[in-house]
Amino acid sequence: MDDQVKEVLSGYQRDPGAVIAVLQDVQERFGYLPRPALSLISRELAIPLSRVLSLATFYRAFSLKPRGRHLVTVCLGTACHVRGGPKVLEEFERKLGAKAGETTADGQFTLETVACLGCCAIGPVVVVDTDYHDQTSIRKVEGIIKQHRDK
Amino acid sequence: MESSARIMTVKDLRSALAAEVQREKSDPRPVLTVSAGTCGRARGSLKVIAALEAALAQAGLRDQVNIRVTGCHGFCQAEPNIIVQPLNIFYQKVEPQHAESIVEETIRRKKPVEALLYRDPTTGQVCLTEQDIPFYRKQSRLILGDNERLSPTRIEDFMAIGGWTALVRALAELGPEKTIEEISLAGLRGRGGAGFPTGLKWQLVRNTPSPNGGGKYLVCNADEGDPGAYMDRSLLEGNPYRVLEGMMIGALAIGASAGYIYVRNEYPLAVKHVSLAVDELRKRGLLGANILGTGFDFDVFVKRGAGAFVCGEETALLASIEGRIGEPRSRPPYPAQSGLWGKPTCINNVETWANVPTVINLGAKKYSGIGTATSKGTKVFSLVGKIQNTGLVEVPMGMTLREIITDIGGGIPGGKAFKAVQTGGPSGGCIPREKIDLPIHYESLNEAGSMMGSGGMVVMDEDTCMVDVARYFLSFTRDESCGKCTPCREGTQAMLDILTRITDGRGIEDDLVLLESLARSTRDTALCGLGKTAPNPVLSTLRYFREEYLRHIRDKKCPARVCRQLNLYSIDPRMCVDQGHGCDVCRRNCASEAISGRLSQAHTIDPDRCTKCGVCFDVCRFGAVRID
Repeated sequence: MDDQVKEVLSGYQRDPGAVIAVLQDVQERFGYLPRPALSLISRELAIPLSRVLSLATFYRAFSLKPRGRHLVTVCLGTACHVRGGPKVLEEFERKLGAKAGETTADGQFTLETVACLGCCAIGPVVVVDTDYHDQTSIRKVEGIIKQHRDK
Repeated sequence: MESSARIMTVKDLRSALAAEVQREKSDPRPVLTVSAGTCGRARGSLKVIAALEAALAQAGLRDQVNIRVTGCHGFCQAEPNIIVQPLNIFYQKVEPQHAESIVEETIRRKKPVEALLYRDPTTGQVCLTEQDIPFYRKQSRLILGDNERLSPTRIEDFMAIGGWTALVRALAELGPEKTIEEISLAGLRGRGGAGFPTGLKWQLVRNTPSPNGGGKYLVCNADEGDPGAYMDRSLLEGNPYRVLEGMMIGALAIGASAGYIYVRNEYPLAVKHVSLAVDELRKRGLLGANILGTGFDFDVFVKRGAGAFVCGEETALLASIEGRIGEPRSRPPYPAQSGLWGKPTCINNVETWANVPTVINLGAKKYSGIGTATSKGTKVFSLVGKIQNTGLVEVPMGMTLREIITDIGGGIPGGKAFKAVQTGGPSGGCIPREKIDLPIHYESLNEAGSMMGSGGMVVMDEDTCMVDVARYFLSFTRDESCGKCTPCREGTQAMLDILTRITDGRGIEDDLVLLESLARSTRDTALCGLGKTAPNPVLSTLRYFREEYLRHIRDKKCPARVCRQLNLYSIDPRMCVDQGHGCDVCRRNCASEAISGRLSQAHTIDPDRCTKCGVCFDVCRFGAVRID
């Protein structure tokens, strides 16, 4: 793990001002921010660990817990909200047996919400990993899960 | 001239531009322009492109047709769409299986494929071209229109449609002071929210000396956080060079040495396209030291946001660029005086920067002829929610809400009644049906208790509950409040608690008095724009829809049947058997096992077990589930 983190750090010339970008890239590699990686970033950039942790907890995009193989993101922007986004979220919660922010017991899916993906015209929108699903409804939830499970 | 050569002088650039214009003109091939922004891709435009390539290869025509992969064309309802030139045919909702007929009919025989043309649902009229479609007819697409004329990853395309001419004019003709004068005279105002005069902001930054003789900065705010607004995403994805040209003109005018684009990480395609564009400009010598041999030094860096709405606030955004948590600070000093690393910094949003080349190209006089007395130019709105034609709409300031919703938007789907339109995102408010003839500009929206914000326009019909909308926004601002100042941190929570109580049927009339008082004190005392404007959705819905609040409180009823705790679900036995033949779908989908009944027989709901999740209502295709 150390080597991968160091590779990210050297991509930014160990610039302390780039700490957020470093955290983003590390999270992209591991799916979350492992604690040892945070300590290493703190040492290498000479930023107190408390400050690294404050960044990792302030910004919504970061996760300190491992996430599932697939990331399901349900958009709850205004346009998705008035078209039934919250119901779609509830259906995912029921079908996956995990609440928003949780990971399924088999480690397949992590369910998250986002404030807006900017695809407001085709909502409610659900993104699984990098696949966008438009105009979803509770009827489509099971199909979306099936399509990605074990993939 | 070699295609990737560095451009060293203004003269070089001028001749390169002329060469590209000529190349485009003399290219005899028909063009298939396919929309492939995020929404287009979500609807399969990349598969359509692959199918077109295969069909052309099959027909032996691959080299004789130019496929142009562009950003969003704005008519999201019709995605993916294809424009065929020179015939100027507009195809909508294209699927991969249509590729063959497009090649056979349109490319070979030069005839339209009837089935792919847009049909006006009100008149039944078939529309051959984009200009025939009512959605486009009343728009003035000064800013967005170029999206369909270029591939965002090809600088040559941008050059061929008149890109960089504004930069050349600013560099070679106007100089910094005159450039600022043009922007001021044009009356350009910030498109991101408050509508601050852009020229004045630039002048302030130009006049402020940098401490210790250091540089100045400029920032492109692309942290488009308002849910329901996505014009900045569309511009960065579809025409990043235009935004960068605006920033370069700004840098020249204020004397900035570096610029930052702070873009949401939730917009991966925008991040990709704008980063590619910056790399290309460095390669060409259009960013870096001594640009075009004029002594102008300027470079741009892309910074990705990390999912904090508050970073759209300028002081929080600056903190985030500096690598700190995105907490706002009190102003003054304004960023124009002390911004990034304490240096004078000019912050404008994506749409504002995209307007700059238009102002310089048209000239202040012509630009200021568009719009109203105090709001000049066009504004892009994202028309979404309960509306027939969803998409990005660009109109002159001052157009009435009715024209936007009825003429461009095509009205409300399903024969439902228009109830309100929400503008300005979580900082804005709801404008009711009675005000549908309101001309839309900065001042009119403020007077109506809302604001322009970044231009989100979420249309609501009779099935939308206004108390639920207020609760939605408060839950959003509660989540996104950074927690630094007490009025916002506690005020949003307290208002949300009251709204939740009302939508759950536990509200009392005194709650409305308390709600209004909390809203006023949060508005008057919060530190930054997020907290100051968070009460707007509450105040505006209380102002226009008080009766609806009272129905929730006095009668424990939600007229729009959205607040589920106030709903009573039951099944009409006759509809269930006669129409649905007791299809059993509701029982199988009921998570709380509150529904009983057998296939082909009438089903019933046990109100004691029912958790009011509403799933049965949504899954029943026969309208047998009733809400009282």
